[in-house]
Amino acid sequence: MASNSSSSSAQQRLRIIAGHLQKRPEDEHASVAAQECKAETPRSNPSSAAPVPKRRQEIMKWNGWGYSDSRFLFNKKGQAEFTGKRYRLSGLILPSLKDWFEGTFGANLQHKSPATPTVNLSAVAPPNLNEPFIEDLKAAGVAASHDPEDRVFRAHGHCLHEIFALREGRIGRVPDMVVWPSCHSDVEKIVELACKHNVCLIPYGGGTSVSSALECPHEETRSIVSLDTSQMNRILWIDEKNLTAHVEAGIIGQDLERQLNEHGYCTGHEPDSMEFSSLGGWVATRASGMKKNIYGNIEDLVVHIKMVTPRGVIEKSCLGPRMSTGPDIHHFILGSEGTLGVVTEVTMKIRPIPEYQKYGSVVFPNFQQGVACLREVARQRCAPASIRLMDNEQFQFGHALKPQVSSIFTSFLDGLKKFYITKFKGFDPHHLCVATLLFEGDRGKVLQHEKQVYDIAAKFGGLAAGEDNGQRGYMLTFVIAYLRDLGMDYYVIGESFETSVPWDRVLDLCRNVKERIVRECKERGVQFPPLSTCRVTQTYDAGACVYFYFAFNYRGLSDPVHVYEQVEHAAREEILANGGSLSHHHGVGKLRKEWMKESVSGVGLGMLKSVKEYVDPQNIFGNRNLL
Amino acid sequence: VVLFSPHFRIRKRDDFEDVLEERRRSSDLRYALRCYTPTLYKGLVPCKVSMLKSIVLQSDHLQCVIKQVSSESGDSTECVAEEASLILDEMAHRMQLSTVRFFVFTLSKAFKRLFRSVCVNEEGIQRLQQAVQEHPVVLLPSHRSYMDFLMMSYLLYMFDLPLPVIAAGMDFMSMKFIGEMLRMSGAFFIRRSFGGDKLYWAVFSEYVKTMLRKGYAPIEFFLEGTRSRTCKSLTPKTGLLNIVMEPFFKGELFDVSLVPVSISYERVLEESLYARELLGVPKPKESTSGLLKARRVLSEDYGSMHVYFGHPVSVRSLAEGKIKRSQYNLLPRYIPQKPSVDTHEFLNDAAFRLVRIQEENMVLKPWVLIATLLLQNPDGMDLSSLTEQTDWLRHLALAFGAFLDWPDHEACSEVISCSLALHRRLLSVSAGHVQLSVTDAPQVETTPEEAVFQRAVVVLSCASYRNQILHVFLRPALLAVAMQSANSSRKDDIYNCFNFLRNMFSNEFILCPGDSVQDFEEACYLLMKRGVLQVLEHEIVMSASGQSTLAFLCSVLEPFLQGYQVVCRYLCEETNENLTEKEFIPAVRSFCFVCGSVNCLHTRSCLLLVLISVSTDLIMHVLGPALFCYMCVCHHGIRSPEVL
Repeated sequence: MASNSSSSSAQQRLRIIAGHLQKRPEDEHASVAAQECKAETPRSNPSSAAPVPKRRQEIMKWNGWGYSDSRFLFNKKGQAEFTGKRYRLSGLILPSLKDWFEGTFGANLQHKSPATPTVNLSAVAPPNLNEPFIEDLKAAGVAASHDPEDRVFRAHGHCLHEIFALREGRIGRVPDMVVWPSCHSDVEKIVELACKHNVCLIPYGGGTSVSSALECPHEETRSIVSLDTSQMNRILWIDEKNLTAHVEAGIIGQDLERQLNEHGYCTGHEPDSMEFSSLGGWVATRASGMKKNIYGNIEDLVVHIKMVTPRGVIEKSCLGPRMSTGPDIHHFILGSEGTLGVVTEVTMKIRPIPEYQKYGSVVFPNFQQGVACLREVARQRCAPASIRLMDNEQFQFGHALKPQVSSIFTSFLDGLKKFYITKFKGFDPHHLCVATLLFEGDRGKVLQHEKQVYDIAAKFGGLAAGEDNGQRGYMLTFVIAYLRDLGMDYYVIGESFETSVPWDRVLDLCRNVKERIVRECKERGVQFPPLSTCRVTQTYDAGACVYFYFAFNYRGLSDPVHVYEQVEHAAREEILANGGSLSHHHGVGKLRKEWMKESVSGVGLGMLKSVKEYVDPQNIFGNRNLL
Repeated sequence: VVLFSPHFRIRKRDDFEDVLEERRRSSDLRYALRCYTPTLYKGLVPCKVSMLKSIVLQSDHLQCVIKQVSSESGDSTECVAEEASLILDEMAHRMQLSTVRFFVFTLSKAFKRLFRSVCVNEEGIQRLQQAVQEHPVVLLPSHRSYMDFLMMSYLLYMFDLPLPVIAAGMDFMSMKFIGEMLRMSGAFFIRRSFGGDKLYWAVFSEYVKTMLRKGYAPIEFFLEGTRSRTCKSLTPKTGLLNIVMEPFFKGELFDVSLVPVSISYERVLEESLYARELLGVPKPKESTSGLLKARRVLSEDYGSMHVYFGHPVSVRSLAEGKIKRSQYNLLPRYIPQKPSVDTHEFLNDAAFRLVRIQEENMVLKPWVLIATLLLQNPDGMDLSSLTEQTDWLRHLALAFGAFLDWPDHEACSEVISCSLALHRRLLSVSAGHVQLSVTDAPQVETTPEEAVFQRAVVVLSCASYRNQILHVFLRPALLAVAMQSANSSRKDDIYNCFNFLRNMFSNEFILCPGDSVQDFEEACYLLMKRGVLQVLEHEIVMSASGQSTLAFLCSVLEPFLQGYQVVCRYLCEETNENLTEKEFIPAVRSFCFVCGSVNCLHTRSCLLLVLISVSTDLIMHVLGPALFCYMCVCHHGIRSPEVL
C-alpha cells in the first residue's frame, strides 16, 4: 500500500514537473516578487529544491531559529553581520545595530551568554517505547526513529522558555519516537495503531509554535510519538478552472509558494513564519498571513480539509465554495491545535501571481495619527495587500538594521531625508512612526491604489517615505527570530505576542500594555528598561491586529525566564482587560490555556470539550493544548 | 505608591516645614508675580480652556446622551445640545494665571495674619511632584473649612505644581465677583443635587473625565462632599470617585493617582458658626457681603495649620483583583454604564479607606486632648489634674498611633497654658480651675433655653476638637463598651457586641464596611499592648491596671450612646407614623428638653450632654440603625439591651 501510494505520488510529481516545463512563464521576474525578503533557494533547478529533510538538525539549528548557516553575530570589529547566503541581508554589515543594541538594552559586547554548542545526548531520557506499536508500525512500512537528536528537535516550539532551556542544555520530556508518514493513508494507519496500542500522538508540522503547543505534557505516562508531517509535502493537483490546488498538509510555506509560482500561481498566504511553518499547522492554529487583505486568512483560503481522527476521517463531500449545512465542520478543525487529529490534505484557493508588486512607506508625526490613518483606510476598505504601522521604538529598531550604504551619495541622500522630515516638517524623531505598505495587482491598479492610500495618509499628516523603508520593515519580521538568538548571546531575552482589538481601543491597548510591561519589569528587578514596542499589523473592518515585541537585559536576575513569563502573563492580563483577544493567530496552546474559559465562556469551552470527547475519547492526541 | 496595609501599624510620618516663614521675609507681590513653571504630566495633551469645552460637547458620550434625552423628551437634539452647552457654561472653570497670582498675593497677606505657621510635609510634595509626571492626579483633601481649597491651590502654586481644578458647590457661584474669581482660579461649580438629571450628569462626568484624560490639570474634590461641621470625617460620597476612576476601568488611562491630603487647623475659622448650625441655626448664605462682614476673623489668632500630603494611591493597585476591567469590553465605551454591584462595593470601600488615610494623617494639637478631658468633666478641672491627665492621655494617644504635634522640649504645663490661651473664647480659668464656659457674651440670660443654647455652642465647639481625635480611640473604645455591655468575657460574645456597636455607628464614624474582624483585632492588639487587656484564645480579660483606660474609653463614646438612646426613645415613645424629616429634628430636640426636666437627668450638665449629642448631625446619623432598633422593638417587644 505504501509503495503503491508513493509510486502514484511520484507520477504526480512528474506530471507537475512536466507541466511547468511546458508552460514556463515568459516574464521571469513575475515570480520573483514575493520572495524578496525570504530565504531563496537557488532557482536554477526549481523542482529539485530540497524539501524538509527527516533529519532537520542537519540544516537547521537545534537550539535556535532557522537555518544553521544563517545567524547574526558581532564580528571582531564589533560590527553586526548576518552570515550565510540565503537572505538579502546575508553577508552584509549592519553598522548601527551595535549602538542600538547596547543603547536599548544596556547590553555590552563584553558580557556574553553563549549557548551550549551541542545537544548533550546523555541528558535525553531513554525512550519509553511501546514495542507492539513499533512492530505493527514497522509492518505497515512507516518510517520511524527514536534517535535522541530527532526526538529533542521535536520536543519544542520557539517559545522563549523552550529555546532558553535548550541553550542551557536543559532537556525536559521529549517524544519517545518520531514517525514520518508519507501520505494520508500512512497517517490513517498510524492513528489506528496508536488507538490500538494506546499511544499518545503529537502532530508536528513546521515546529514554529509559540504557544507551548509542542511541549510534551509532563503528566503523560504513555509513549509519546511525534508525528512529523514534513514528508507529506506534495501538491497533488492544481485545478485552474476553479483556481484551487490540492496539497498535502506537511508542505511548508516557502515550498508551497515556490512550487505554485512555477505554475504561475500563488496562495498569497504569507505568515511571518512561512519559511518553516506548514500548511497543516496553519489550519490547526488559524494562521493569518501578511497579505490577508487580498487573499484572506487561512479560514478564507481553505475549500476542503481532510483530517484523520481516532474516529476516522473527517471531510466534506464536495468542493462547493460555501455551504449551509449546519455549523461549518471546518471550524472544528481550524484552530484545533492537534487535539483532534492530523490534517493530511487541504484544497486551497490559488491566484495567478500578481503582475506587479510595490513596497511603500509613510511617516507619521506620531502613533495616534498613524492609527487614525489605518482606521480610515479600513473604513474605506482600500487597504493594500499589507499595511503595518510600527511605533517609534520599532521604527528605530528597523533603522538599526540598515545595511552599510555603498556610496557617499546614498548616505547623503539619507541625511537629506532625515533633515527634511525632522527639521523641515517638524516631526519629533522620538515620536514619529512609520507605516509600511505592500501593493499587489496589475500595474495600473497598483499605482492608482497607491495614490489613494497616500492621499488618505496625507490627511493624517503622513509623508511618503519611500520603498526602501517599506521593504526593510517587512524584512524585520523575517529576521527578528534570528535577532532573538543574537540577543540571547548577550543576556537579552525577548518574545513577541499578539492580539486583536476593536478600533476604538487600539491606542489605549497599545499604550497600556507597553506601559504595563515596563512597569512589571521594574517591579521584578529587571535592571534596565525593557524594549516594549508594538505595531498594528492587520486591519479589519471592525478592528486591528496588534503585535508586541518585548525584550530585556537579564543580567543580575537569578531566574530570567520566570521573570519573563510573569511579565508576559501580566501583559496578557492587560490585553484582556483592555478589550483585546486572547490571540489573533498564534493560538492558545498550553501557554494561554488558563484564559480559555474567560475568553469563550464556560458553555463554549464545554462545546469544544464535548467534541474532543466524541472524536478522541482515549485522548490519543494528547498534547493537551487549548482545553 | 502605597497599598493599604491590611494590618495595623504605626506609620512613619514625614517632617513638616513652615511655608509662611519664607513669606514673612520677602515681598508678597514679587512672589505672586514670580515665574511659575509647574512640573507637567508626561502624557499631557496641551489644550486651552475653550478647546476643553468643545471637546466635551463633541464627545461621543455626551452626543449619545443628548440623543437619548432628545428621544425621551421629544425636544430636538439641537435644543438638548444647547441645554448641555449652557450647563457646561454654568459649570466650567476659566482658570487664568493672573487671577491665581492675585489670589496668591492676597492670601499671602491673609494667611500671615491668620496663622502662626502653615506646616507642610515637603516629602509629600516631592512625592506629588513625582506622581504628577507619571499619571493624572486626583487630590482629595479633607474638608473642615472654606480655607481648604484656597490653601491647596496656594500650596501647589508655591511648589511649582500644576494648579488643580476644583469641584465646588454651586453655593459659591452665587457670590458675586468672588464666585467668578474662584472660577478663574480653577473652581468649577456643580449643583448640590441632580440625581435624576441624565444630561447634567453626562456633561459633568464628561467634563471631569476629559480633563483627566488629557492630563489637563489635577482634579481636586472633597470625598466627604461638604465641610464637616463636627470635625469628624463624614461618610464619603462615591459619585465623583467613580467618575475619576472610570477612565482607568475603561482602559483610557493606564492609572490614576489619588492623593489624600489631610488639612488640620489648630483653631477652625468657622468654629462657632458650625456649632450654631448643628443646633439648628441655618447656615448663612454664601455671599460676598457676608464675606466682607466676616473680615473680623482676620484679627484673631488661629494658631498653626498643618497640611499633610499622603502617599499617592494608585487606582490600578487599588482595583487589582477587585475590578474586572473586561466587564467593559462588550459595550462601546461612550455609552454610559451604571457601576455594577461589585464596582459599587469597590468604590465604597476605596472611599472609606481614603478617608481613613486622611484621618490618620491629620495632625492633632495638644488642645484636642484637653478638649476631650474637659468635655468629660463638665464641672471643670483643676489645672494640675488637667495637666496630669493630659499627659496620661497624650501617651495613650501616641500608643494608639495618633499623629500628635506636641512641642518637643516644653514642659507639659507650658504646652497646656499655651493651648488654653489660644482657645480662651471657650473657657474660663480662675484660681487654677479650668471650665468650659461662655466668655464671649456676658449678656443677661433672657430665657433658660437661650442660656442653654449659649452653653451648647461652647460645648459643641469644644466637641468638634475632641472629635478630631475620635478616630484614634474609636476601635478600642468600641471594644471597651462592648466588654462592658457583653456581661461576659467570652471573646465571641464581646465580638458580637462589638460588631453590633460598629454597625450601629456605621454612619457616625468612618468604619470601613467589611473590616469588622480587622477592627476588632486592631482594638484587641492596641489594648493588649497597653497592658489593659489580656486576650486569650476564647476569652478577653481585663487586667488590674486597665480599669482607668477602659473607663476613659467608655466615656469617649458615652455622649454618642446617650444621644442614640434619646433618639431611639423618642422613636419608640413619641413618634407618629408620618413624620417628615423637617419636623423630625426639632421634635427630637424638644423631646430632649422634656427628658431633661422630667427624667432624673438632674444636673444642667447632663442635660447639656444630651443636647450636644443630639445635634442635627447625630440625629440624621442615628436614623438608619435606630429605625432598625425601633422595628425590633415594635415587632418583638424586646429591647436590644445594648442600646436601650
